[in-house]
Amino acid sequence: MSATPLTAHPAHAPPAAAPSGIWDWITTVDHKKIGLMYGVTAYGFFLLGGIEALVIRAQLVKPQSELVSAQFFNALFTMHATTMVFLAVMPLSAAFFNYIVPLQIGARDVAFPRLNAFSYWLFLLGGLLINLSFLLGFPPDGGWFAYASLSERMYSHSPAMDYWVVGLLVLGTASLAAGVNFIVTILNMRAPGMTMMRMPVFVWMTLVVQFLVVLSFPIITVGLIELLLDRTVGTNFFLPLHGGDPLLWQHLFWLFGHPEVYILILPAMGMVSEVLPTFSRKPLFGAPFVVFSGILIGFLGFGVWSHHMFTAGLGPVADAAFSATTMLIGVPTGVKIFNWIATMWGGRLRFTTAMLFSVGFIALFTIGGLSGIMHASPPIDLHQQDSYFVVAHIHYVLFGGAIMGLFSGIYYWFPKVTGRLLDEGLGKVHFTLQFVALNIAFFPMHFLGVDGMPRRVFTYDEADGWHLWNLVSTVGAWMIPIGLLVFMYNVWWSARRGPRAGDDPWDGASLEWAISSPPPVHNFDAIPNVPSDRPLWDQKYGDATLGLDRRDPHIHLPPNSYRPLIAAAGVTTVFGAFLIRGHDIYRHLLDAPGSTIQSIPFSSLFLATVATGVIVLLYGLYTWFFEPVE
Amino acid sequence: MTTMTETSPATAAARAMLPEHGTSLGVPNLKLAFWTFLGSECFFFGTLVATYLSYRGKSLTGPYPADVFNFAVTSISSFVLLMSSYLMVLALAAVQRGDRGKTLAWLFGTALFGLIFLGFQAFEFTEFYAKGLTLQKNLFGTTFFVMTGFHGAHVAVGVLWLLSLFVVAWVKGIPREKALNVEVAGLYWHFVDIVWIVIFTVVYLIPDPSKGA
Ligand SMILES: [Cu+2]
Repeated sequence: MSATPLTAHPAHAPPAAAPSGIWDWITTVDHKKIGLMYGVTAYGFFLLGGIEALVIRAQLVKPQSELVSAQFFNALFTMHATTMVFLAVMPLSAAFFNYIVPLQIGARDVAFPRLNAFSYWLFLLGGLLINLSFLLGFPPDGGWFAYASLSERMYSHSPAMDYWVVGLLVLGTASLAAGVNFIVTILNMRAPGMTMMRMPVFVWMTLVVQFLVVLSFPIITVGLIELLLDRTVGTNFFLPLHGGDPLLWQHLFWLFGHPEVYILILPAMGMVSEVLPTFSRKPLFGAPFVVFSGILIGFLGFGVWSHHMFTAGLGPVADAAFSATTMLIGVPTGVKIFNWIATMWGGRLRFTTAMLFSVGFIALFTIGGLSGIMHASPPIDLHQQDSYFVVAHIHYVLFGGAIMGLFSGIYYWFPKVTGRLLDEGLGKVHFTLQFVALNIAFFPMHFLGVDGMPRRVFTYDEADGWHLWNLVSTVGAWMIPIGLLVFMYNVWWSARRGPRAGDDPWDGASLEWAISSPPPVHNFDAIPNVPSDRPLWDQKYGDATLGLDRRDPHIHLPPNSYRPLIAAAGVTTVFGAFLIRGHDIYRHLLDAPGSTIQSIPFSSLFLATVATGVIVLLYGLYTWFFEPVE
Repeated sequence: MTTMTETSPATAAARAMLPEHGTSLGVPNLKLAFWTFLGSECFFFGTLVATYLSYRGKSLTGPYPADVFNFAVTSISSFVLLMSSYLMVLALAAVQRGDRGKTLAWLFGTALFGLIFLGFQAFEFTEFYAKGLTLQKNLFGTTFFVMTGFHGAHVAVGVLWLLSLFVVAWVKGIPREKALNVEVAGLYWHFVDIVWIVIFTVVYLIPDPSKGA
């Protein structure tokens, strides 16, 4: 993890022959390429999670449907949520952090380019590992929250939940490494003149998110390790039989889980805060308020977790306290919504597709926010807990919010990344289809929830009276892929034949629009001087100059490296060994039900895999540290 | 390799090129990264300590803390770990002075003290095990071994790191401009030491409510 020099450097040696083709992608440390890899991989997982959702909705389209078994339904909703949270929305956001943040702060790369590649490979390997469970017939089925004691070996014999735990440990390591990397990048790699309050709001929201990651992921990491030890070594962390407390798992999970929802939504809020001013031709209204609201949300996000546990019986004092903090956290969120609306007020609006997605974000996220505020009240929450009302809420904030915001970002920055514009006509068709479809899919869930339909049930009875709205919801859900097909066709076509975008197709205010599209490998010919919080507008419409018209004589870029991939493979192997242990225990329990976990010996395959992983990791790290970067 | 104690114009020029001189906060990237990482580690150990505390005195069967603890032995090993932090400070000072001999001595000393601490921990774990306390036996065993085990693993990583620096210092020397590499190892080492002070306080100094033999 040594610092790689990125500032001007004398060229010590003639540049080595640049790697090409697939090897270049495997060894790249360029934040733009890594960003693209994050984006493409995460979009693939997004489609996978979407297919899982479509099967769920197909199963629920009519009463007593037998499309999938109850057992497989459990796996579907567990993997749908796990995939969307950890493999789709988080890494799609990471794609933008990677690609856009260094450009917006006027840097040539992130602070630690190889660590950045390491994060990506861990994300990919973790995602593959957790989905390997489908191929081996043991998809995780204990819910994305994996409540103990249900997730303990006693009640989940099979290795299914081991895949969930191990996969999340790998993914968490990826996020932690990326979190450190981006905090240092944003705090330390800003171009001259770019003070903290001149940073674009998207960069600010990225910074808050990284702090949330760095401080909340260790909590779930410990929880996951404790659960894994319970399941594979026989410790007693969450087992009431030995005095353990399943509620402790809930606390650890939600202490992470609530900050996690802001990890999911703040990046989208940042994107919307870039798109709205650009297409309103006005600076973001009260930008410092948006920034400070984001910071406040970050802080308060650690103090509201027990609103997920109102039905756990924590007592009136705890319930009242967490109810109050939850209502409080709605205030900075509301501030942002008013700031966005005020940004549009009196602006010269251009309703491009990116703008439409941003406006759609505001509308849908507000609906999700309002139902969220309802849950802040314990007596109301007691009725809504575990009902479809909560499913409606989560989808309005995460699909209506995060995903709409991410699409806004895609339409906004696609020309920068590819040099070509997406087709606006197809974009508007996509927006309309998606906006209509998701409302048809998710709004009826409010009715179902209020009518008492529990979430996570694999079927229901005709007499329950839930048929109609389930049917409507399923129709809406199945309309969503139509919009996505239009989008994918648009990307496929426009990336090759779309009209040339030029450097600055939207008349943007931030630094990424000051350079060519796509950006050169070194981003900036010269590191810009930043005169204000909207530097490019100042250069175009004022008398400021960014100083980009010269070229640094020595631009040093770090060379490609395959070491991060080796180190990531080592980490994955060490964690992955516990899957072997899980399978060993399962086989043993089938032969001799009721045996204790500690009585099952560690197999030599397990031990050999751990040893291999450690050796690979050490090899990767040592060669990494001593690899010349000049 | 005595030349490394002098700063030639060439190294001074190289120094001016180092990235930290161009960072926004004026702090080297690597240092800032480690401060961030250690902040994350605070939450990691904080969660382990919280687990231990929330299960204190809740074991359904023995052995209980009073049955196994040997306060004198643990105090000695803790003292050794504290002293290793002192040696770490000396090692960094030696690197910054460009004193190769002292650098080697203090780096090795720090690693050695870390190893001694790990030896004590291995001894302690074996003793406890002999007295019937296992990972699975009760909540005390589960929480104690996992928390102190993770701390021990951190010490082990630190020892490996210090020994690597020792080898580098031996083979090609650590020039003053690269003192940062020792400094961040020191940051990590002091952090692990502080975590031990917290664990020692929580485990050994605060009386445990459960009944002992
Ligand atoms: Cu929450």
